[in-house]
Order: sequence, then C-alpha cells, then structure tokens
Amino acid sequence: MKHPPATELLASVAKFLRDDLLPSLSGSHAFNLRVSINVLDLVRREVELQAAAEEREHSRLAKLLGRNDELEAMRQELCEQIASGKITLDRAELREHLRATTLDRLAIDQPSYSAYVAAVARSGSEDERKKDAAEE
Amino acid sequence: MGQSQSHLDDDACLADKLDALLVRLGFGNLKRGSLQRLTGGASKETWALEAVGSAGAAPLIMRRLSADALPSERTIEPDCEARLIRRAGECGVPTPRVCHILEPWDGLGAGFLSARIEGETLARRILRNPEFAEIRSKLSFQCGAILARIHAIPLATLPQLKAQFALGDLDGLYRSYRSFGGGSPVFEAAFRWLRDRAPGEARVPRLVHGDFRNGNLIVGPEGVRAVLDWELAHLGDPAEDLGWITVNSWRFGMIDEPVGGFGSVEQMLEGYRSEGGEDIDVSRVLYWRTLGSLRWGLMCRSMACPGQAGGRITVEGAMIGRRISETELDLLDILAPGSVR
Repeated sequence: MKHPPATELLASVAKFLRDDLLPSLSGSHAFNLRVSINVLDLVRREVELQAAAEEREHSRLAKLLGRNDELEAMRQELCEQIASGKITLDRAELREHLRATTLDRLAIDQPSYSAYVAAVARSGSEDERKKDAAEE
Repeated sequence: MGQSQSHLDDDACLADKLDALLVRLGFGNLKRGSLQRLTGGASKETWALEAVGSAGAAPLIMRRLSADALPSERTIEPDCEARLIRRAGECGVPTPRVCHILEPWDGLGAGFLSARIEGETLARRILRNPEFAEIRSKLSFQCGAILARIHAIPLATLPQLKAQFALGDLDGLYRSYRSFGGGSPVFEAAFRWLRDRAPGEARVPRLVHGDFRNGNLIVGPEGVRAVLDWELAHLGDPAEDLGWITVNSWRFGMIDEPVGGFGSVEQMLEGYRSEGGEDIDVSRVLYWRTLGSLRWGLMCRSMACPGQAGGRITVEGAMIGRRISETELDLLDILAPGSVR
C-alpha cells in the first residue's frame, strides 16, 4: 500500500486555505494568507520537480567541467571559472546550461513570471518548428 | 535616531504630537481618525493624515525614519530628501510640496510633511484600468521628459550627495552578493559582463533619482502628477535612471513594453531629448537595465534576510527571496538570449 505523497497533502492544505478560509478574511490577514498559499504551492512544486532538475543540472555540469563531484562543489567551481574568465558566455554549452538551470528554477519558484511564460512559449514554438522541419 | 523614536510608536501619542505641530504650522488641527499608516518600505514609515483649519482641509503625508531603521549607505537622510524634493519642484519636476522638515523639538523623529497628491501608484491599475487607457501611450515620453528635467538640475544648487558610478556600484553589489553566500553562476556571469562594459567616470555627473519606476510615480488620467521616493538619489550617470525604469520587474507582466510596461525606449528617449536631455544611446539604457536587474535581485535577497529587516522574517519577505530567479532569467535574456531548453 502506498502512502499519499507529500505533494498531495500540501495541495489539500492549500485548497482548504484558498477555498474555505480566505473568503472569510480581509486586510493584512487575507494578504498574508494569500502569500502563505503561494508558499505552499511553491514548496509542492519543489518537492515535485527539484530532484529531477538537480539531476539534469549535475549531468550538464559534469560535461561542462569535465569531472564528477557533489552538485554544490561543481556549482561553486563553475562560479569561480566564470569569475576568473576561464569559461565565458562565448561557449554555447555554458549559455545553454545557465538557461536550462534558470528555467528549471523558475518552474519551481515563479512559473507565472512573464519572462518565464515567454521563454516557455518560445521554446514550445521552437519544438514545433523542429518537428515540422523533421516531418518535411 | 533610534533612541529618540523608540517610544514613539504609540498611535495616540503620535496623533497628539502631530496635532501640536499642525497648530504651530498654522494648518489647524489633526482631523480625528484621519491618521493612517500606509504600507511602505522597511526603513521608512509613510503616514496619511488630514489637517482641518480655518483655511479648510489639507490632506498631508508624513514620511519619517522607522524606529528600527538600520543605517544604510545608499539612502540619504530624510531632511536631505526633503530639500531635494523642494529643489526638483522648483526646477519643474512634478513633486509633492514639502510643507515642513521635522525638527528635533517636534518629537516625531527624522522626516518631513508634504502635500498628499491624489492619484494612482499601483502599476497593475495604471497598466490595466480603462481610465488610464489614453495616457498610457504617452507615459513613456512623459517619463523621459521628467528625467531630463531632473538630470538638468545644476549640482551646485543641491544638498551634498554621494557620487556613484557603475564600477563602484558593482563593487558594492558584489560585496553584498558575497555576504549572502554567492553561488549563482548567472550573477557571476552578469558581474563579469557588466565590469567588462562599464562606462568610465569621465562623463559629467548628474543628479540621478535612483528609484524612478512604477510604484514611485503618482499617475492621473492626464499623466504623471508626482515623482516620489527620492531617498536613493545620488550623483552619477543619467543613463542609470533611464535603464532602471526598463527593468522587467517594473513592467508588471507587460513584457513587450520595456518602459514600465507602458511604452518603448524610443518614446522615452524622444521625451528626454524634447526637454534638452543629451543624446543617450540605447546600449547605455540596456547596460543600466542589466545592472538594475542585478541590483533588484540582490534587493530581493536582502529583504529575505532577517538581519536586514530589523530581525523579523515575514512570509512576504521570505517569498520575495525566491524572486531572485526571476532576475536571473531577466539577466540571461540580455546576456545569453535564446530559446534553448
């Protein structure tokens, strides 16, 4: 028998707060509750998405730096290499890595942010174009 | 400032002192029940109040340092801010009239009283409500024209202000970034990009408002009525103000209208030149937009840091810390645009 996943528990609490409690509040309590619901939704997305995102980040970093280590240590090394100019934005792999990592982060932190929505729409139409090209 | 204000936060006591001050200034009395704390920053308090006297009712604003405000390197003192607002007003910049700079014997701390100007400051309403539909397309030009007037104010007539150019600014921001633990490859790349392209200090320094954006502008259906929040004013590169208002965070979702979500950079620069502003290349605006996104990212981070918010960590503050990733994407859209996923 499977335990209900934490994401479902979080979603149920957020739903209760939003649908049942929020309408009865006003002023700063309503404001802070709305922010709190956003926090719960963010934590739920983090539980759902972070592990896979970090795995992807790890494998990109391993390729980019040519070695395998703990994620945090490799992030730190990338920071140092960028700061010292050893690796620069001229390298397409670095640009791709930074974008992919940042987009994964936004999918958790703020998926309704205008620049994220625009980036996802662009990458969607890019995928379509590639598919169309492949079919032709 | 700390000890003189620590016992002032009792609203009744505050009302009594304001009433006495309004009488001394000849405004009449504080209207009962009119004193209201408006939401504002962590370091400054903003209060709305109304004076009632023989000359009629006067809606006013009191801005003062919070009792728990931490000393800040970047912000100017309230009395300096008040004198600056007066000076800008004399030079044709729409500003609220400053009625009184608080004195120690007022017992209200450091701050000032000014006229309260009716209008909208909330970007979401300015960008979406029908009463602003007509003015929206003209706001960008207007903002450029107002900035040209600010930048033209002769420095000799201003209170003493610090000079801040890109490279020194970046050093300060990098220290702040490191103090939060660093660790962002995107920020590292942005610091590098900005240092490599930093404009020199040779340009003629100008008065820079420092926080000219949606939220600090009172707008009516006919246009900008007042420019608020001068506490980040300094001397520097005028392109800084023109870049800051184009940071994506101030477009409030209207991503295709770079200036405040309501207009184009070209319209703003046209307005700037119409009031005698120098010819500023869009690349300089883009440079300061990039530095602005970086700055806003670090400001979000500092709001999530209890040490910077007087020891309290609020739900809102904690959540703002996660907005750093928004600025990382804004930075990448400039440094490494692309649709690669």
